[in-house]
Amino acid sequence: MWQYIVKRMLLMIPTLIGAALVVFLLMQVVPGDVALLILGSDQGGDVNLAELDRLRANLGLDRPLYEQFFSWLWGIARFDFGTSLWSGAPVIEELWIRLPLTLEVALFATIISTLIAIPLGTLAAIRQDTWIDYLVRVVSIGGLGIPAFWTGILIILFLVIYFEWSPPLVFVPLWEDPWENFKQLIWPIVTVGYRNAAVAMRMTRSTVLEVMREDYVRTAWAKGLHERMVVIKHTLKNSMLPVVTIIGAEFAFLMGGLVVTETVFTLNGLGSFVVDAILHRDIPVIQTLILLTAFVIVFANLIVDLVYAWLDPRISYR
Amino acid sequence: MANVMHDGQIAITPRQLQDMELQKSWARMYAWPAIRKFIVTKPLGTIGGVIILAMALTALFADALAPYDPYEITQSLQFKAPSVQNWLGTDEFGRDMLTRLIYGARIALFIGLVAAFVGSTAGAFLGVLSAYMGGKVDLIMQRVMDVMLAFPLLILALAIVSVLGRSVPNVVLAIAIPIIPRTTRIVRSSALSVKENMFVEAARAVGSQHLRVMARHILPNVMAPYLIMLTAQLGNAILVEASLSFLGLGTAEPTPSWGLMLSGSAASYAEKAPWVAIFPGLAITLAVFGFNLFGDSLRDALDPKLRHRT
Repeated sequence: MWQYIVKRMLLMIPTLIGAALVVFLLMQVVPGDVALLILGSDQGGDVNLAELDRLRANLGLDRPLYEQFFSWLWGIARFDFGTSLWSGAPVIEELWIRLPLTLEVALFATIISTLIAIPLGTLAAIRQDTWIDYLVRVVSIGGLGIPAFWTGILIILFLVIYFEWSPPLVFVPLWEDPWENFKQLIWPIVTVGYRNAAVAMRMTRSTVLEVMREDYVRTAWAKGLHERMVVIKHTLKNSMLPVVTIIGAEFAFLMGGLVVTETVFTLNGLGSFVVDAILHRDIPVIQTLILLTAFVIVFANLIVDLVYAWLDPRISYR
Repeated sequence: MANVMHDGQIAITPRQLQDMELQKSWARMYAWPAIRKFIVTKPLGTIGGVIILAMALTALFADALAPYDPYEITQSLQFKAPSVQNWLGTDEFGRDMLTRLIYGARIALFIGLVAAFVGSTAGAFLGVLSAYMGGKVDLIMQRVMDVMLAFPLLILALAIVSVLGRSVPNVVLAIAIPIIPRTTRIVRSSALSVKENMFVEAARAVGSQHLRVMARHILPNVMAPYLIMLTAQLGNAILVEASLSFLGLGTAEPTPSWGLMLSGSAASYAEKAPWVAIFPGLAITLAVFGFNLFGDSLRDALDPKLRHRT
């Protein structure tokens, strides 16, 4: 097992470097360069050429491209992501302020949606074609088509009309006041989690239905086992593999969902930070955040693979 | 070519008549039964198809269907509730919501269709190339695709718009590029098995060029996964366009884009004019829903093995 983990982690390195290269090259496409952006030439201002040269030398833009790439990569390895062009603060500081909120929403959205989806999906499968099955299917089909920002707007609409709710002005961290924090973040969590819950529910339902038709499940019934035993011990455990995969794969969608959800709820997290950075053309911030997303996804895939190997003993660890 | 005779009538040659007969019998023998079977066995897919058809017709005949001008600003009509004059109410500039939704179908369908087509087609070509060439080319291409798959669709689209700047062609490109690796993977795996067929070897043996083998023998045989990916990505493309526009990074005002109609102030006006926030979202949901239903059923009808992979 340990060998497998190490090998799997080593395999991640080329992908991560590749992702860094993609982000780096993408940002080279920006018309002009960062120095021009800092001096505000895109707003039509006149640029002092001596100043421009000095700034370029300062930022290392006069060096060859590969040197720039490696020094940027070396910076990332030391958690030095450069300075925000907009605020002038180091990017890492800006990230640090916003990370807890985004992390909390992403984590709780995944956990809560999984906790809801697996029992409901299973229930829909073992009570196939009853009202509960239809309800679960309608709810999950809805979750696939409804854009997260619209769910968010509808929730706000509902809260404003019925509870005279107003968006919170200051974010209260979990460790300061858990109840206040819960009240602030529950709706964004629901908004982001709905899609995940829908996808996981559909997957659970269809795999449980499949496994229920297996011979060993029929044997379990024939032995006279209680329904709960058959479902939990024989069916559920064997239907979890595709569900785990899909929850991991949905992590990518979650990232996109966070961007729009944080914007709808005016939360100051990493998602809305991406949007702000793009609107301000804050290249170092955009670069860092996009790369960070890719890293998160690659790690999520790793975790899925590990859970997979742990759940299914047939997968060899070589 | 049909010959126009001096009295204005079009003469049809026997050859053309034969062609037309053939076409008619093709439709009678294959197309109609296939469609009929799809309708009977895939009721949900048919609902999806009807939604898509309705959307396409709305987009096509927007000029005739829309009761007002989508761009005309009338401050006195600001935030009128749904009524006989304005079925779905008016927005903050007094523009008719129904009119803007009808024209919005054009934007959504155009951007979605072009982006999904460009992305899936480029992906399909790369997938066939990767599978056919094999070896180092395949290895390198697949590693590049792996790297691209590490970026979520919306995030990669955001990054591309941020460097290219916002305009309709750039938005199309930003949505199309993330679709490429997703299609490449699926088409490549189909092409790998097609490649092993005797007829590919035979084509090579009679001296066909690589390009010809790929175009004439492999590409036609991976049409099913290609079509499945195309429809599956259409819903996605519409959703990403709406999200980009919603974030203020897609199409710009006054374009009647559904996502843009929900952006910025829509949420803050929600209490005063809920119809502004409700109907565009409903339109997006219905469109994505239609394409998803249709795509799912098409996949089941064409290639059920792809169920767990698209």
